[in-house]
Amino acid sequence: MKLLLNGEEREISGVSNVADLVTSLGLDARKVAIELNLEIVPRSIYPATPLADGDRIEIVTFIGGG
Amino acid sequence: MTTPVSSESAAAVEDTWTVAGRTFRSRLIVGTGKYKDYATNAAAAQAAGAEIVTVAVRRVNLTDPSQPLLVDYVKPTEFTFLPNTAGCFTGEEAVRTLRLAREAGGWDLVKLEVLSDPKTLYPDMEETLRSLKLLVSEGFQVMVYCSDDPVYARKLEEAGAVAIMPLGAPIGSGLGIQNRVNMRIIIENAKVPVLVDAGVGTASDAAIGMELGCDAILMNSAIAEAKDPIRMARAMKHAVIAGREAYLAGRMPKRLYADPSSPLGGLI
Repeated sequence: MKLLLNGEEREISGVSNVADLVTSLGLDARKVAIELNLEIVPRSIYPATPLADGDRIEIVTFIGGG
Repeated sequence: MTTPVSSESAAAVEDTWTVAGRTFRSRLIVGTGKYKDYATNAAAAQAAGAEIVTVAVRRVNLTDPSQPLLVDYVKPTEFTFLPNTAGCFTGEEAVRTLRLAREAGGWDLVKLEVLSDPKTLYPDMEETLRSLKLLVSEGFQVMVYCSDDPVYARKLEEAGAVAIMPLGAPIGSGLGIQNRVNMRIIIENAKVPVLVDAGVGTASDAAIGMELGCDAILMNSAIAEAKDPIRMARAMKHAVIAGREAYLAGRMPKRLYADPSSPLGGLI
């Protein structure tokens, strides 16, 4: 499945929903926020949110800033 | 035996300030940018006695997910995180960024900054006001970085800003508060907290802001770019307290000519 992840096209296999994606990327779900095709995905529904070919995903976290 | 001075005037009641229903003791908000590492950053925030820290929202590094994260050092359990919209130039970008921040952190107190050009980082006030209205309609509690224009400050308050945060000078310039008159007018007219955000360079700048009657000061570069950030954080903590105390104490009037401190009567 081809996904546009943080602006980069990536080929990801063995992933069917947002929870799978977070695990496969080695991220801690408690420390990130995810947008799928410009819509926020609440953490509680990661497992119930399916992914499809061509989805645009942004995964963000807090960094230092003023 | 001497009678102790009434403690009523000297902080018998704890001096706190409240923004959007949250009450804080520290009047110093610190940024988390520009530090050499997150450990120094955390130590400086602690030395400053800060209860609120500003943070930015950015893409996760997917090529190296093991890189240190801000939240592992400056912990959301120890500090109130104030996510900003730094880098946003339109209302839509700001709303999108803060929706993500709200999901990442689970709170709705945010700092709006919509900048104009990269050279001055001066706020685009027309777009800032428009963004504020969008955010307020989505239930955000918005502290707004703004110019030191009293008219726009009033418009922001009318549009629902929970705090007005005029710049003392351009972001990262360290020039100190350039227009004390405007700052004072904004403070006198506002019913929400007013914070100096940006421009503080050293401790005396922070004290001046507090002496003008600001509710708090927000700074980043002044601490992060000091040779010894932790020591400067401590200096800023004292400066903010000193300025606040001086403001509450009420300064003496200024006079053109001298007025002797020692009585003239009884001279030999």
